[in-house]
Amino acid sequence: MYKTAKRLAAIALPAALAFTSFTAQAADEVNIYSYRQQFLIQPMLDAFTAETGIKTNVVFAKKGLIQRLKHEGKHSPADIILTSDIGPLYDVVNEGLTQPVESAVLDKNIPAQFQDPSKHWYGLTSRARIIYASKDRVKPGEITTYEDLADPKWQGRICSRSGKHTYTLSLIGSMIAHHGEAETQKWLEGLKANLARKPQGNDRAQVKAVKEGVCDLALGNTYYFGKMLTNDKNPEQKEWAMSVNLLFPNQDDRGAHMNISGAALTKYAPHKEAAIKLMEFLSKEQAQTMYAKANYEFPVRPNTPRAELINEYMGEFKEDQINLQEVAELRATAARLVDKVGFDN
Amino acid sequence: MQSQPDTRVTQPPLKTRSQYLFGWYSCTWSTALMVALPVLSIFYLAFFPTENIWPHLVETVLPVYITTTLELMLGVGVLSVAIGVCGAWLVTMCRFPGRKIFEWALLLPFAVPAYVIAYVYTDLLEYSGPLQIMLRELFGWQTARDYWFPDIRTLGGAILMLALVLYPYVYLLARASFLEQSTTIQDASRTLGCTPFQSFYRVSLPIARPAIAVGLSLVSMETINDFGTVDYFAVKSMSAGIYDTWLNMSNLGGAAQIASLMMVFVIILISLERIGRARQRQFHSADRFKKLTGYQLSGWRAWGATTLCALPVICGFIIPVWVLGRYALRNLDQLWTEDFLTHASHSFILSSCAAILTIVIALLLAYSKRLHKKRSLKLAAQFSSLGYAMPGAVLAIGVIIPLAAFDNLLNDITEQLFDTSVGLLLSGTAFAVVFAYVVRFLAVSVGSVESSLNKVTESMDMASRSLGYTPLETLFRVHLPLIKGGILTAALVVFVDCMKELPATLILRPFNYDTLATYVYQFASDEMLEACSLAALLIVLVGIIPVILLSRTISATRSS
Repeated sequence: MYKTAKRLAAIALPAALAFTSFTAQAADEVNIYSYRQQFLIQPMLDAFTAETGIKTNVVFAKKGLIQRLKHEGKHSPADIILTSDIGPLYDVVNEGLTQPVESAVLDKNIPAQFQDPSKHWYGLTSRARIIYASKDRVKPGEITTYEDLADPKWQGRICSRSGKHTYTLSLIGSMIAHHGEAETQKWLEGLKANLARKPQGNDRAQVKAVKEGVCDLALGNTYYFGKMLTNDKNPEQKEWAMSVNLLFPNQDDRGAHMNISGAALTKYAPHKEAAIKLMEFLSKEQAQTMYAKANYEFPVRPNTPRAELINEYMGEFKEDQINLQEVAELRATAARLVDKVGFDN
Repeated sequence: MQSQPDTRVTQPPLKTRSQYLFGWYSCTWSTALMVALPVLSIFYLAFFPTENIWPHLVETVLPVYITTTLELMLGVGVLSVAIGVCGAWLVTMCRFPGRKIFEWALLLPFAVPAYVIAYVYTDLLEYSGPLQIMLRELFGWQTARDYWFPDIRTLGGAILMLALVLYPYVYLLARASFLEQSTTIQDASRTLGCTPFQSFYRVSLPIARPAIAVGLSLVSMETINDFGTVDYFAVKSMSAGIYDTWLNMSNLGGAAQIASLMMVFVIILISLERIGRARQRQFHSADRFKKLTGYQLSGWRAWGATTLCALPVICGFIIPVWVLGRYALRNLDQLWTEDFLTHASHSFILSSCAAILTIVIALLLAYSKRLHKKRSLKLAAQFSSLGYAMPGAVLAIGVIIPLAAFDNLLNDITEQLFDTSVGLLLSGTAFAVVFAYVVRFLAVSVGSVESSLNKVTESMDMASRSLGYTPLETLFRVHLPLIKGGILTAALVVFVDCMKELPATLILRPFNYDTLATYVYQFASDEMLEACSLAALLIVLVGIIPVILLSRTISATRSS
């Protein structure tokens, strides 16, 4: 037994040393902490490596990366934070973990509403949160605004994702920005009263529920439509998508609520130059087109064509021009409203 | 660990008792402290909330969180004990068709991650799933409004899902305990007029109670810290509150407060159980190796036993594997990539390292507690087991804090001395992941090792010591062979748990580093079950190899 123990130690020790191997600090690489799934961003990253020869390294997680960055401090290997929503971008900037990026390329490619006034974060793609309405059971023009969702005539006919999901919180945040907290609470209560079921599932699941007759209206992000319509691995999703009309709300006033996926440069980025190069690359035509084609997101870069399929079904629409910084600031308030109203109960 | 020269040959001066004690004390406590560091970090964070979260919580959702969590724990606990104890008793003490298979098959659901089984059953039972489509065709129903069908995305659904994959904890420990029981006690109870059931209820069950309690507390803690399944089923338990406070209200301190409170709750729960059996203590020295004869069941009883054992295996393992397998086969050409081997090897290596480490630490803690019956050592063992009740992502933050602090201190020193920095040595490495596994799953192995060790009578120690063995030699030459079964059980449980672990792995892993679980999550988090079916299947398959191997070894501890 002693011998076995010694032998075990002899194996374990070198193994333990191998574990603590350093992240190679080569000059030509960019380290990314990503809140977006790797399979969504890898094609763009590969294109970047092909063009510049700069390698990219990714850690993906949906929570906790900001805390990791924070405690790693000035020796953190991370250069860039990528997110799928304004929320984490706002948080990471707020924690003082980023630095501003001055870049003519980014300024040219990214409209003002999708970048931080103080240059700490930039949006890379945008999406609208729209109403998916049953083709059979909702007449055209029957609903035109987010505010209408609280109308009692929709009682028992609306499906929603959890009120605590970051997309819902951003939408509620924008409602607070436009209408104030008290009125938004009333609206949320009205919406809650109209729900066909307890909030559950992701955006696709809501559209599916419309297809199945559980409800007639659902809230969802635009790119899910493209993803469902082209899903060959799970073809039944095409039927879900074909059962709904896409309604862009508030076209006669402020426009549809927009959100972004975005990027920020970390405060102590060890590969600052390469990292800025990557951010610029992601805002240029090639990457923007890839985003549009692969994920059905809207390019933020003006005049970059959207995916054909998106154009076919969505056309032009009016976007809410409010700066997302303002929306992000109201997310905590929105989360409290969701609790107060008991939206998820 | 303390080194001790061979006393039998050279007879060096004997160490004084206090020298002895100091060695074990310092070793035990420093290990316990290290393992408890992440939990302490979370306690520390709890002192710095960005604002006081409680008035809001108490006023709005806290009552819901609390009742939901209690209902969830109660439901999962009762169901797990029912399945686990019944199964363990039947396969150990009775003879019926298929018993040999069920011995290990009852463990299989353990290899299925809770989040995977949740996805699978939703897929199967929802409106557009095969079952409802079949029913609609059969009865000519048109829409969801024409008929009633149980909704899987409810509290009840979550309880069922969690119990199906968690009952093996109870089963494993209960079975190990039944196997270790001396036949003499049962024979005595039968000669005194007990029916087989009475003998089970009045003799075997009370003897197995500590083991069942350990299993139940593991189940409860897994239930409390689960987020994936309950979130998917829109069930608002305490962990939902933790994540909401942390992520949506940007109040990590407030979240740490809720987590700490949950921990206190768990401590109370465990101590209550311990108080309940404080004065119970039993050893079996004789007869452990006498072969169990078991009750021969026949007729409806035999088939009833078979059905009872088959049900959890079918629901918890065969159906999920069948659904995943169908998806995987349908898209095999698109799904299979070379990367799978890399992911699988990552999972395998991390999990094995963590399993070995936790066993070594658990032995140290449990044995030093046995050697020196000091309260403080007992406390050390309990203290280091706290990590288990913490939600994985929160625990990951707790791991990051001390590791990053160490790294940064090291860099400060090298910068002072050599004017160069060495970068982060531990943070963001596989070491961090293994460390998190150890912190998280130590409770599993400590519980199992302790309950095995407790069954070895102390006269063994005394005999061994008086024959000249040191405490360490006694451990290796007397105890280890005796409690091999318990140790293997613990190793198996930790290994499989690590294979399935997700939230901490996600946050702590190095760049470009996937395990099977993180790979599955990438797609599953987007409700793309079809895209990750193969990887999910692999987790299950890699998980069942050790399950089967070790289950055989455990049975062998009795029959040899």
